[in-house]
Amino acid sequence: MRSSVLRAMLPALLIPVAGSSWADWGALNMPVGVTEVSRDVQGLHMLIFWICCVIGAVVFGVMIYSMFMHRKSKGAKPADFHESTTVEIVWTVVPLVILIAMAIPAAKVLIKMEDFSGSEMSIKITGYQWRWQYEYLDEGIAFYSALDATQNAARQQNADIDLEQFGDTYLRDVDNELVVPVGKKIRFLHTAADVIHSWWVPDLAVKKDAIPGFINENWARIDEPGIYRGKCAELCGRDHGFMPIVVRAVPQEEFDTWVADQKSAMANADAAVERNWSQDELLAMGEKIHGQSCAGCHQQEGQGIPGMFPAIAGSDIATGALDTHVQTVMNGVEGTPMAAFRDALSDTELAAVVTFQRNAFGNETGDVVQPLAVRESRAGKPIDPIRQSLLDVGSPAASPAASPAASPAASPAASLAVTGVN
Amino acid sequence: MSSHEDVVHHSNAEGAGYGHHDHDEHGPAPGLMRWVTTTNHKDIGTLYLWFSMIMFFIGGAMALVIRAELFQPGIQIVDPMFFNSMTTMHALVMIFGVVMPAFVGLANWMIPMMIGAPDMALPRLNNWSFWIMPFAFAILLSTLFMDSGGPAGGWTLYPPLVLQMGDSFAYVIFAIHFLGISSVMGSINIVATIFNMRPPGMTFMKMPMFVWTWLITAYLLIATIPVLAGAVTMLLTDRFFGTSFFSASGGGDPVMFQHIFWFFGHPEVYILILPAFGIVSSIIPTFARKPLFGYDSMVYATASIAFLSFIVWAHHMFTTGMPLAGELFFMFSTMMISVPTGVKVFNWVATMWKGSMSFETPMLFAIGFVIMFTIGGLSGLMLAMTPADIQYHDTYFVVAHFHYVLVPGAIYSIMAATYYWLPKWTGNMYDEKLGKMHFWISTIFVNVLFFPMHFVGLAGMNRRIPDYSLQFADWNMIATIGAFGFGFSQLMFFWIVLKCIKGGEKATGEVWEGARGLEWTVASPAPYHTFESAPTIGSATLTR
Repeated sequence: MRSSVLRAMLPALLIPVAGSSWADWGALNMPVGVTEVSRDVQGLHMLIFWICCVIGAVVFGVMIYSMFMHRKSKGAKPADFHESTTVEIVWTVVPLVILIAMAIPAAKVLIKMEDFSGSEMSIKITGYQWRWQYEYLDEGIAFYSALDATQNAARQQNADIDLEQFGDTYLRDVDNELVVPVGKKIRFLHTAADVIHSWWVPDLAVKKDAIPGFINENWARIDEPGIYRGKCAELCGRDHGFMPIVVRAVPQEEFDTWVADQKSAMANADAAVERNWSQDELLAMGEKIHGQSCAGCHQQEGQGIPGMFPAIAGSDIATGALDTHVQTVMNGVEGTPMAAFRDALSDTELAAVVTFQRNAFGNETGDVVQPLAVRESRAGKPIDPIRQSLLDVGSPAASPAASPAASPAASPAASLAVTGVN
Repeated sequence: MSSHEDVVHHSNAEGAGYGHHDHDEHGPAPGLMRWVTTTNHKDIGTLYLWFSMIMFFIGGAMALVIRAELFQPGIQIVDPMFFNSMTTMHALVMIFGVVMPAFVGLANWMIPMMIGAPDMALPRLNNWSFWIMPFAFAILLSTLFMDSGGPAGGWTLYPPLVLQMGDSFAYVIFAIHFLGISSVMGSINIVATIFNMRPPGMTFMKMPMFVWTWLITAYLLIATIPVLAGAVTMLLTDRFFGTSFFSASGGGDPVMFQHIFWFFGHPEVYILILPAFGIVSSIIPTFARKPLFGYDSMVYATASIAFLSFIVWAHHMFTTGMPLAGELFFMFSTMMISVPTGVKVFNWVATMWKGSMSFETPMLFAIGFVIMFTIGGLSGLMLAMTPADIQYHDTYFVVAHFHYVLVPGAIYSIMAATYYWLPKWTGNMYDEKLGKMHFWISTIFVNVLFFPMHFVGLAGMNRRIPDYSLQFADWNMIATIGAFGFGFSQLMFFWIVLKCIKGGEKATGEVWEGARGLEWTVASPAPYHTFESAPTIGSATLTR
């Protein structure tokens, strides 16, 4: 009787505790995670945490006891001992033994983490300022993943958007999630296109630097379907805090369906390159691409940051020769932070963003670049590297009048389907 | 005390004390030029300490900008780029402008007096070492007002990110070179002084611990600063002269910079803490009225830490993709550091054990140091475990760790030293009541500030971000309250020091009842020139 009453009361007692304090204060500890390795790491963390607590309790206990008992105000007379070889040896050897006891399990976990053998699928992850590219090497799927657009708007300075609506996923939602199957040993290959990033998902206990020019390896075998969130962990510039990671782990069948869907979507997008796009379509897509890929440096309104990042608004490149503009975006500018977007953006996206930039911010050129033109330019003829520095836009050599002369005689511009609409 | 008289009788035939020669009176030159042209170790020590104090408030203001932005989620106050400049500059200012100059200032003031030397061995070099610093920092801080802004790639200056910086990057490198030159010259001076200017009878194993720890620190500086200089010069040529040391596209390697940087950077961490060990080893015996326990083992432990500091650097780089053997080596060597560090903590506790303790402000700060430095040391042990470090790395757990060892660690030792020796410097006792208040308020706020960072770090908040997810909001708000509380309570410190300089109860030569060592055998305030002839060392004037 009594026990049943207690049983009935327990949930009632626990709910306020669980509901108020934990939800408000968030987790205070490392997550256990959803891989064997992440559980091992968390176990190791707890082991060493408790060992440190015991060491702390003993040392501070002795100190505090001494501070209360051996104080002058209590009439304590100082002893005069000041050395003991035995004691020194004891408190050198005892910590050494504790360390060895901790080093063994730590080494075991580390050896397991570094065992990349027997992987069943590979995903290449490339860090960009400031988003991730995921390439499924076996499935032939590739896409970019950046901070969710609404959250991206909300995180702007003084945006005046209620953050509570996003709950615990503020700054942790992306446009395209990394979808992976559960139960498979997935090999991650990490690299970067510009600066060093670091791909970190706490629930997988995976954190590895993405280093331009090098490829790092890592792996995870996820046990439970679910959504696991992470972030870029290595300072990578202005928007380092805004490149989240979302991993969606799904059962194998669901993953297979997803792969099929992605492939057909890619085929559709590929087909769409062939058709003629309207200016409005390109402008709409271009505005989005500009926000994702260009605004980080050149700013949302294309005004740039004086002394650091040149403006697009009214710039000679965005209002001058079309070909120069396309190639600048595609190939970047050597010796400056301007990256090459030839791999980062598709033909359609490149066409859209160039079209947008040539018709926004007061750049009223009226130009439209068709995706097919970009494809021809990309594949047909070698693209001459851009020699005009973005930083020199004010100099006479780079003025609109001089630009065509500076272009090679057999200008790829000839192959660009340009439609003037004004 | 009899021991003091003992020294006086033997050491000065004129019987006039150390500070005064009837036939050769040279006190400080009048006016501002005194400070510009001075070669006096006490003047230069004072300059270093005031410089450090000013930079402490500048670096602190930057920290408050960071904490103010992090008070709540969303971006309210500064642009993310400026936020990154603040985190970068805060670190550079606090490391190179506060902790290092404060230790050098204390070395200048105290090492000659502790070993009975009339001055530093190289007084003109000493003047130059100091006066380079204000110019170097003027250059560094001026970048914040340039078009391309201050450095924003983190104080570790990792390429390729740091190479994206505008042309003001050249100023940053120039400033770092100057600071390095200043540090190396200061270190050479300290080594030369300790080697050449000890009186007969003061053998190495009889030197005060502060002198020992600084001798070892000076060697660390001489060994590592040139490494940093090389690394930043390579950055400079990569950025402006087309080399590719750290760019894979030209055959270089960005990770190579990290190896070189941390080969400097890890010994640098001990440069920031070894003199603190020396200070605490001076203060605890005084207020426990009992000699330092295990002097020999303290010296060996310090030397061991210095040696180990050269073979652990890559523990900052466990996520860069090292081979397994490398990870195991750096994990084991890093764990080893906790052995000599533990020995030091145990020795301090044993010094307190069965002493006759009183708790004046210097002792409070010293005990605060031992406890909170140990908390930082224990989280350091956790960070040494490579698999766990992969989760901790670049999170607020790391921020909590190094702020525990640097703020209630290094900074507390500097405060303890200031309270401890201030009566010797000024001739006046500081206001004990205010000093104790300063300690307790600082200690409460410093824990409110840094302890919650452990939690948000473990829960997944990464460092160097201007905005964060909502579940971290409460702890960040608390940390910010702690930051403002701690920051503003340091104005008390400034006031207490000023007040002590202006006046107060006159201090005796010995100042503290249990104080031992040559610096307490001279009058308070210490005369402009001390120990113009070498003192004779009696056993009671030694700290051991």
